Amino acid sequence: MNEHATPALANSTAQVPRSRGQARLRRYKELWSSFSSNRLALVGLSIILALIAIALLADLIAPYSPTTGGLGQRLLPPSTAHWLGTDDQGRDILSRLIHGARPTLMVVSLVMILAAPVGLLVGTVAGYAGGWVDAVLMRITDIFLAFPKLILALAFVAALGPGIQNAVIAIAITSWPPYARIARAETLSVRDCDYVAAVRLMGASPLRIVLRHVMPLCLASLIVRVTLDMAGIILTAAGLGFLGLGAQPPMAEWGAMIASGRRFILDQWWVAAAPGVAILIVSLGFNLLGDGLRDALDPRGERE
Amino acid sequence: MTPLLEVQNLSVRYPSRRGLITAVRDVSFTLGRERLGIVGESGSGKSQTGRAIMGLTPPQARIEAKRLRFDGIDLLQAAASDRRKLRGARMAMVMQDPKYSLNPVARIGQQIVEALHAQRRISRAEAKRRALGMLEAVSIRDPQRVFDLYPHEVSGGMGQRAMIAMMLVNQPELLIADEPTSALDVTVQLEVLRVIDDLVTQRGMGLVLISHDLRLVASFCDRVLVMYAGQVVETLDSARLDKARHPYTLGLLDCVPQLDRPRHPLPTLERRAEWLQ
Amino acid sequence: MAGPNAVLQPALSRPRRARGRLFALVRFVVMLATTLLGLLAMTFFIGRVIPVDPVLAVVGDRASAQVVERTRIEMGLDRPLIEQFGIYVARVAQGELGQSVLTSRPVLDDIFRVFPATLELATYGTLIGVLFGVPLGVMAAVRRGGLIDQLVRVVGLLGYSIPIFWLGLLALLLFYAKLGWVSGPGRIDVVFEYTFTPLTGIYSLDALLRGDWSAFANIVSHLALPSALLGYFSLAYISRMTRSFMLHELSQEYIVAARAKGLPERTIIWRHALRNAAVPLVTVIALSYAGLLEGSVLTETVFSWPGLGLYITNALANADMNAVLGGTVVIGAIFIGLNLLSDLLYRTLDPRTRRR
Repeated sequence: MNEHATPALANSTAQVPRSRGQARLRRYKELWSSFSSNRLALVGLSIILALIAIALLADLIAPYSPTTGGLGQRLLPPSTAHWLGTDDQGRDILSRLIHGARPTLMVVSLVMILAAPVGLLVGTVAGYAGGWVDAVLMRITDIFLAFPKLILALAFVAALGPGIQNAVIAIAITSWPPYARIARAETLSVRDCDYVAAVRLMGASPLRIVLRHVMPLCLASLIVRVTLDMAGIILTAAGLGFLGLGAQPPMAEWGAMIASGRRFILDQWWVAAAPGVAILIVSLGFNLLGDGLRDALDPRGERE
Repeated sequence: MTPLLEVQNLSVRYPSRRGLITAVRDVSFTLGRERLGIVGESGSGKSQTGRAIMGLTPPQARIEAKRLRFDGIDLLQAAASDRRKLRGARMAMVMQDPKYSLNPVARIGQQIVEALHAQRRISRAEAKRRALGMLEAVSIRDPQRVFDLYPHEVSGGMGQRAMIAMMLVNQPELLIADEPTSALDVTVQLEVLRVIDDLVTQRGMGLVLISHDLRLVASFCDRVLVMYAGQVVETLDSARLDKARHPYTLGLLDCVPQLDRPRHPLPTLERRAEWLQ
Repeated sequence: MAGPNAVLQPALSRPRRARGRLFALVRFVVMLATTLLGLLAMTFFIGRVIPVDPVLAVVGDRASAQVVERTRIEMGLDRPLIEQFGIYVARVAQGELGQSVLTSRPVLDDIFRVFPATLELATYGTLIGVLFGVPLGVMAAVRRGGLIDQLVRVVGLLGYSIPIFWLGLLALLLFYAKLGWVSGPGRIDVVFEYTFTPLTGIYSLDALLRGDWSAFANIVSHLALPSALLGYFSLAYISRMTRSFMLHELSQEYIVAARAKGLPERTIIWRHALRNAAVPLVTVIALSYAGLLEGSVLTETVFSWPGLGLYITNALANADMNAVLGGTVVIGAIFIGLNLLSDLLYRTLDPRTRRR
């Protein structure tokens, strides 16, 4: 790990940390100062924080109901009453966009909660155990890696039935392999380190070594990769929604909103345009955040 | 007669977040058709000096000198294209490790032929003939076979000979050899140095031999510059290493273990800030 | 490998090389077999294990009781799961993907019919991506921080962030509906339906082969928008990767050596650095091609492009499970094939991996 102690930082914090907590605090401070010097990364972070805030406060912020509209207000162009106009059922598009932050955030966080630990576990176990365990686990990983993600997710949802939970499961099943690869690579690089040997000599069990001493070191690269993947997950989820396989009506979901706006694209283009902009902004936010995190945490790796 | 190479107060600096970092400061020497050694630890600026003369420092490097002339040509004023024409044709450089300094996806012969074609218009057959001749000149026994090999298929010693062949095929007048044997097995180090030595003598070239091994350099060169932290701290006649005065040079000489008496504890190199004026 | 005994190599290397090649072949076959088997296990799981009644999923809910019963036995649903999987693998290996409920034809025939359309689009997209992406990436790496570098950065960032189906819709709106520069959805205008008979199914090629210039112009104007769109996404990925590979190569010592022997910068960049960067780049291009084939489900839906993607989405909408799974198997197999092909190409492009 070559990120700690660039000379400039070493000078400003010359004393030795007195406790583990202090050391950790100092390291976070260093990370933050390196991360926050990247203006685009800060933009990304603000976008994501805004997304979270909007999702949490959707009921308070949204000017209208996302699911009921007036039939007399169909397909209105943007105005002061409806900033982004209304859709074919007279629903306020801005309100639907605001509520659409929820399924988006839900998909992203659920996929992350499901896929990242699986990848981490498979990768660290394979890397630490080595031998045939490694060979078998990595073959399985490579098999999954060679699958077409979107098509497989489609087939899964087709079998499980449309719906946002099923979309999450389908995406999670195909997104863990890269994390396993990364975790394994990191594990291999620390497995034979002296400090791991020291813990082993002190009688720590393999499980404890993997959990306490190997996994934490994989986290940095994993977080970077997961963040960079978020945009892809959002795009896949929106694609499933666009094909009618994600969130079901009347729930407001951005991909499905584009699909329903598609029929009116020639005359009422704003119906389809607005949710696309929302998807674009959020994916961009995750990409910028991921790039910034990568530069701060993992200066070696270029995006794969 | 103008000397082959004149270097006066050469300095190389790199911009960084905290201002300029000096890699080489105020290095001066003059080179005729003779052999000059530059010795120092890694980071002492010896390689940067060599690359600055060749014009191969990265674009962000700032090169300054009171005088930097090759055969009377002012290198600092010369256009980039003129400096390129000098490289390979009149001055060349042998680098440290053939594993990294030869293009891994091109055959050895092709890399030599390419060097020829860069300088002169000759037929492909003629280029191949000259390349084979050059491979023979660096004592490769089976030039025809080596011509068709990829760099990873030959040993380090063989790779370094091929590198020398590639750099000398256009008969340059100045050769900068930057740690040409440090990456090689001890057994072939002397052979490779002998190849360089023979060619330099035969062709009457000027040689700058950069190394961290003071005794080795002294046995091949007429004069030795000792560099420390970007500066020349001492210039020695290699026949008179025993006349060395500077504590750093003495340290370098002293750190070689001797077979006839035990050294406990091993001496460590001394470094002092006041050596930099 | 390099070592002091390199002189001895010619005597040793021939049998060793042959054994190495055999090993590589065995490795390749094992990888192909296990990966394909994994894919089939996945589709088997999706088709047979997840649905409450797999028969219903295959024949649809309007089928008669007889048909249901016959299919149940045909699919071997009365036997243990592992045996069912064996039957499934054997049938797929014979090209037996079942009947489509929607078209009431064998799924494989359907796929053969629609696949050329997908292939045509993905190929043009990749061509655009390579022809523009590689030079852009190279120039971005050479002038790091310069204008083209910034451009590649922005193009890449947007390419990773824009939903392709949405951009497709907006492009249709602007270039077809508003400006009228290109033709709209579909592969060819209805007018040509009777005069133009396809040969290979790759329409642009067929029109050339038949010398039908008016059809060709029409086909190109239909192709322009979707292939430009796919090309953009391919370009975003390829240019970014080219840039990073080139930055790595340009920092290597052999580049300094090439300069030291007086080669012109142009030769160093395009012949030395790019030739080395090409080794990993081939993998990237193959992956991007595979990605476009897979991404066809979204693009083809937007452009009503009658390819494999549209076939699968139509089947999805009609719960035609055989067609969905058949399409998945075919795209999956192509995807896997391209993955392994890139692995092989990597080996032939890099002399270091060739003889070991």
